[in-house]
Amino acid sequence: MSVRELIDGLVHRPVTEKRPGRDDPALAELAEALNRAARKRLGRSLSIRAVDAGSCNGCELELIALNNAFYDLERFGIRFVASPRHADVLIVTGPVTKNMREALEFTYNATPDPKWVVAVGDCARDGGLFAGSYAVTGGVSDVVPVDLHVGGCPPRPIEIMAGLLALLERAQ
Amino acid sequence: MAETLKALIAAGRKIGHPTAWPRAVVDAKAWAVAIDELVAGSWTMLGLWGEKNAVHLALNAAGQLGILSFDCSRGLYPSVGLHHPPAIRFERAIHDLFGLTATGLQDPRPWLDHGKWGVSRPLGTKPAAAAPEPYRFLPSEGDNLHQIPVGPVHAGIIEPGHFRFTASGEMVVRLEERLGYTHKGIEGLMAGADLERASKLAGRTSGDSTVAYQFAFARAVEVALGADVPERAKWLRALMAELERLANHFGDIGAICNDAAFALMNAHTGMLREQVLRAADTAFGHRLMRDRIVPGGLAVDLDQAGGAAIEALIGEARRRFPPLVHLYDNTASLQDRTVSTGRLSAALAAQYGAGGYVGRASGRAFDARKSLGYAPYDALKFDVPVRQEGDVDARVWIRIREVEQSLSLIEQILERLPVGAVRTELPVPSAETEGAALVEGFRGDILVWLRIGADGRVIRCHLRDPSWFQWPLLEPVIEGNIVADFPLCNKSFNCSYSGHDL
Repeated sequence: MSVRELIDGLVHRPVTEKRPGRDDPALAELAEALNRAARKRLGRSLSIRAVDAGSCNGCELELIALNNAFYDLERFGIRFVASPRHADVLIVTGPVTKNMREALEFTYNATPDPKWVVAVGDCARDGGLFAGSYAVTGGVSDVVPVDLHVGGCPPRPIEIMAGLLALLERAQ
Repeated sequence: MAETLKALIAAGRKIGHPTAWPRAVVDAKAWAVAIDELVAGSWTMLGLWGEKNAVHLALNAAGQLGILSFDCSRGLYPSVGLHHPPAIRFERAIHDLFGLTATGLQDPRPWLDHGKWGVSRPLGTKPAAAAPEPYRFLPSEGDNLHQIPVGPVHAGIIEPGHFRFTASGEMVVRLEERLGYTHKGIEGLMAGADLERASKLAGRTSGDSTVAYQFAFARAVEVALGADVPERAKWLRALMAELERLANHFGDIGAICNDAAFALMNAHTGMLREQVLRAADTAFGHRLMRDRIVPGGLAVDLDQAGGAAIEALIGEARRRFPPLVHLYDNTASLQDRTVSTGRLSAALAAQYGAGGYVGRASGRAFDARKSLGYAPYDALKFDVPVRQEGDVDARVWIRIREVEQSLSLIEQILERLPVGAVRTELPVPSAETEGAALVEGFRGDILVWLRIGADGRVIRCHLRDPSWFQWPLLEPVIEGNIVADFPLCNKSFNCSYSGHDL
């Protein structure tokens, strides 16, 4: 780390300091509600394991966006984990392809109870545009029980965040 | 070189209609000539795909594009992969989908078919009941070797695929990929689809390249129907394509550094990426700009507020990106991970015709925007950055330089944007017609080839992702590297699973 960078850091305002979401009232309100709900139900932690069951990758891009400084999902103690054994929630995207069905079942079975499944994206509801293909099983609920569905192609990050909030309010 | 391809096509049974992509049905002798040219390295393979009774080989002979078709009414065609390894996976996939056999192919294992579809050869003349068989990975023999199976479910928010590592201690001695998990049967769904539905399917082949796919699909349709779209639509298509490139390159640069435990870069570029998506949302009404490009033009026009949002974005990126480049260039601990890691030789990049940053980081200068010069890129000023090192670092630098080029391209487009309509009525075809297009996505060149029937519906559409020529190269690239450097190598390639699996 050079002296110049050190001085830059002192002189210039850090880019990440200002939370850009703050000037978006809908986001701020949602963030507040999500925070309260997350604390009440789960203390400060909710662990999510994302499973792509055959999506086009569009939904993954918006899930990844939840971790950027604008949405910063970890503020609420909600974080993505690497193993289903560490997870409370499975977020499943895509139409479930026949080639992914077994892996999805294994992942679901590896997740300890109590657990919730959130299906994200239009394809996850019923196979979407891919319904009827020889290679597609259908929606996520055809394979594992789904607690909540967030529609969209892909849903915006803010909509996924709203979905997680709805789940927290419903979770017992 | 170009003359030879022209001659082969002239001598074959020409498929009669005007197109920038001449196609002819050829005999075994001409097929063999093409294979020789591929092996000699004078031609590049752009794609190899099947139909019920034929296989098609798309070629680039020093700028002359063309398609050779081989009649397979007996279910057989001479293997290209036997002599030219880049064709092997295509031939395995063609067998899975159509039941056509490449005679001489040394690796007859299924590729996309995992025995789960309930049907085999689903798109062929005689679909049959599925006959699942255990998949045999290639053997690795030697003292003290161990295997690490990874996937299909990975430890991040990423697509599914399986990697079988054989390691000696920390060192990877062999990687074997197994893909096909996200196979959705897109080409099967394409058959019989009207153009609107087909365009939507094309835009959901690989989510990160939705613009590039719909761009390529629309151009292929327009070639087939002999339609010309308004100038403004052409320029706005390029604007969207460059925004998509920016968003993905920002995301990738951060994600590669993140895999070297340098999260700071990811935090910064993640914000830049988000700002691109927000500007795209303001300008075109969708963060990924999905379903904005349609055959005949665009579904939306850019208004003044949209233009202003993009201008603001460019200003922001011009201000914030250079310090990040400086940071990358001056962080020794980061470069310790990226420099000399995961080298791809120039010879392999050329042999496979690897596109995008994978090819350009290993000395292959091909960029469809420049090499083919489709509109409006023929009227814009930009450079195609090329490096020779072929390592993770070079693939990062190519992206950095391409970000700079895209910023400049967007400025030029905004400055010179033609006025007028953005959509034209497509003519109704009088008979069966074909078209093809090659469009430069952020990952490399995407090929779309299609045939439209007299009823205006798609008869057959093939979409070839650049990943087909990049995935196989990840295997040699990781050899001799430590297991812990695989995420870094993999992310620097950032191949598409869905685009490849279709």
